[in-house]
Amino acid sequence: MSARNRELATLLLAGIIASTAFASAWISGLAAIDYGWLPWAAVFGAMVIVAHAVARWTVPDADPTLLPLVALISAIGLVFVYRINPDDGRRQLVWIAVGFTVFCLALVWLRYDYRVLERYKYVFGVSAIVLLMLPSVPGLGQEVNGVKLWVDVGPLRFQPGEIAKIFLVIFLAGYLRDKREALARGRLKDFGPLLVIWGAAMLVLVQTSDLGSALLNFGIFLAMVYAATARFSFVLAGLVLFAGGAAVLYDSLSRVQQRVTVWLQPWTDEKVVCSINGRLEYRQNCDSYQLVKSLYSIANGGYGGTGIGRGTFETVDGTPLIPYLQTDFVYSAIAQELGLIGAAAVLLLFLAVVARGMRVALIAHDGFSKLLATGLAFGFALQTFIIVGGVLRLVPLTGITLPFVSYGGSSVVSNFLLLALLLLVSHRAVRTAPS
Amino acid sequence: MNRQVTRVAWTAMALIVALILGTTYWQTWARPGLAARQDNEIQRVAEFQVRRGLILAPGRVLARNRAVKRNGKTLYFRRYPQGKLTANVVGYSTAARSRAGLEKSMNGVLTGTQQNLSSLVERQLDEARGKPIVGDTVVTTLDVHAQQVALEQLGRTCGAVVALDPRSGKLLVMASSPSYNPNFVETQFSKVGKITANCRPAAPLVNRASQGLYPPGSTFKVVTASAALESNRFAPDSEFVDPGYCIAYGKRVNNFDTERPFGRLDLATALKYSVNSVFCNIGKALGAKRILEQAKKFGFYERPPLETPDGERYPSGLYRNGELWYPTHDSDVDAGRMAFGQERLLVTPMQMAMVAGAIGNAGILMRPYVVDRIVSPRGTTVSRTEPERLDRPVGPLNARDIGDMMVSAVQGGTGTAAQIPGYRIGGKTGTAETGVAGLNTTWFIAFAGKPNARPEVAIAVALERQSLTGGATAAPIARAVMEAILSARGNP
Repeated sequence: MSARNRELATLLLAGIIASTAFASAWISGLAAIDYGWLPWAAVFGAMVIVAHAVARWTVPDADPTLLPLVALISAIGLVFVYRINPDDGRRQLVWIAVGFTVFCLALVWLRYDYRVLERYKYVFGVSAIVLLMLPSVPGLGQEVNGVKLWVDVGPLRFQPGEIAKIFLVIFLAGYLRDKREALARGRLKDFGPLLVIWGAAMLVLVQTSDLGSALLNFGIFLAMVYAATARFSFVLAGLVLFAGGAAVLYDSLSRVQQRVTVWLQPWTDEKVVCSINGRLEYRQNCDSYQLVKSLYSIANGGYGGTGIGRGTFETVDGTPLIPYLQTDFVYSAIAQELGLIGAAAVLLLFLAVVARGMRVALIAHDGFSKLLATGLAFGFALQTFIIVGGVLRLVPLTGITLPFVSYGGSSVVSNFLLLALLLLVSHRAVRTAPS
Repeated sequence: MNRQVTRVAWTAMALIVALILGTTYWQTWARPGLAARQDNEIQRVAEFQVRRGLILAPGRVLARNRAVKRNGKTLYFRRYPQGKLTANVVGYSTAARSRAGLEKSMNGVLTGTQQNLSSLVERQLDEARGKPIVGDTVVTTLDVHAQQVALEQLGRTCGAVVALDPRSGKLLVMASSPSYNPNFVETQFSKVGKITANCRPAAPLVNRASQGLYPPGSTFKVVTASAALESNRFAPDSEFVDPGYCIAYGKRVNNFDTERPFGRLDLATALKYSVNSVFCNIGKALGAKRILEQAKKFGFYERPPLETPDGERYPSGLYRNGELWYPTHDSDVDAGRMAFGQERLLVTPMQMAMVAGAIGNAGILMRPYVVDRIVSPRGTTVSRTEPERLDRPVGPLNARDIGDMMVSAVQGGTGTAAQIPGYRIGGKTGTAETGVAGLNTTWFIAFAGKPNARPEVAIAVALERQSLTGGATAAPIARAVMEAILSARGNP
């Protein structure tokens, strides 16, 4: 069976699972058997079929599992965003449509050779910085919850950092492919442009307090430098730098201190100073309120979960329990309603995306493709780890999105771009294989 | 480059595996701990999705449910049709202020969590079908009409009335004044806070019947008389001389009415007219510990048994610095003053009703209970409370003698205001000084029943801040409540 036929078969399987999820959410919301979910499943299914057709035309030999995996993950994400807030669900469906469009356009545009991107590596590097700085431009940037990460373009609110992440990976892949031998020999001057662009990006991120993205980009950088140079000492040096930077940040940014205290000790038996209102409160009722409520939500799922639509996200009087449930904390909703079995299954879908992405890197023939796929797949894994690990209290919580699941346009669109790039690389790897 | 890519790949996959392990930790190992935490609202919401069992009394609904649909969930909130009538026993179950009373102590039964295996399986099936869990119904022994009479009689006076059936231990009346409307606790709690009465703070949420600690005054003479007869050193016809006072610890202790000393009299007459000096001398003769041992047999120094929460029932006994205290030596206590209910004695109306009941019931103290039976949602009786003997604090002959003394106190002594024609009633008044003149705690304890039959009701009435005697204030209230209970059972 050809790769695309296998993809179609897998998509049908994913479609059945996704439709069941759509139906569960819809029926539990109405508490009656109803077919109102069918249009949702049909619209989503049509988008997936179109994407499949475009892939059939442009990248026939590409990896057959990535599209079905992503389709299923984003369908689950859509179900949960809808279940938490139907209005956000409708908007999320629009964003997924935009994402699929970007996916198709990228495939069509780069169908002959995506490696043209390498030629424009500095353009990508610089535009990444520009994108990251956009929210700080007066009049353009919007501050939400004390963090400047958004740009308003007409009626749409956009988070340029998400796209900048992919641009940085393209830049790093191009630059490291070019300079990897020189870098491996440890010639310091070759690090110049790299450190300038990367350092600028990090500075901007820290300045905007987007610590999650800063951590993510730093991790991607280390992974790609290691893949390119095979020098583990660079990773060590990077980690030492990170530790130093973290210590400096810890002293200077109260925000960082607060995150770490909350992480280490979310519950207190005595009242402590609450950083939000300055009063004495139990920490679980103040600074770590969100994290603690989210842990209760996860724990409530148990092995089998409550079932979609049957979880508890409101108090007895109907006020929401967890703020930002559909964005940063969407995983705690999934874990409660699907339980350990379901949440682990969703994580295994993510694991499969990472594994297939890394496989793309392994079968690719040229250094740029390998580095590109490695960076993208590792970034995907690390982003998942940072947000879900934060929600699970494995690492301090920093607000970034869960790829394809969290509500948010820029995240969905840029991750569909990531998917397109992985398919392009894998198609080329198979097509040009010296069999 | 593939070696490095492989290593990066393993690292990336390890990160995701760590997430699966983390999820496993919270959903399995940490789950019970988190579910038990106070600030876990999810558990509270789950409790409100349970259709709690009803709380009933014969012929009355004390607590029922009101279903509210919210965000696709059906939540059940409590309504209390009897309002303030049974508030202090039934309590409340709310989201805002947790629970109290039977709603708290019987929560497991009412939410169906304490069930046998077959209903547990049924419960799981219902849960899977999306049906609400329905708890078991609690049927109480309360006589709501008599309870209403008690609250009306108390009026704006702070105090309590407790009535038991001494033959079985059934709680018939447990009224605490001021009471509150439990329907206001969830949403209009400020109204509860604004309740006033003739004492301050009015504290309507306190169940004075079992949480009110008052000096027992002369009602304690029943305990002292029991100790006296049980010691075999005194008999009802033991002779005393009353000079109108007694010297205890070098201090003169006066009778209630010092102007008219009784002179020569026997123990029975002393109880009938509540002569302090006689009991003072008995106390000095017996010693404090002997009397306290007798009190223990009546249930002192233990929380009175009842199905309400432990925290809502206080033990009676000597209190020192706000804590229950049992003396190590006789000399630690002024036995003379203790013998007629002063010293540092503090008792609950519940305890004194038990004392009166045991005397009336031939010396047998039955375990008090308010939950008569538990009924499943389908109407089958899950369990029924069997009357149980708690102790026998007094022998049958001594109980009869003391009972006769109490009957004569009602017939022609201090408690004449409690007479009900056609019934044999034995009672004891009490007027305990609080240290402020004209602000005494007054008491009346009694048993009543048809002549030549075991008494059907035992009662204790305690009133705060009274200027008159127990015979004038508490006895009429006891009479009204006993009459309400007895007349409902048919005239002799």
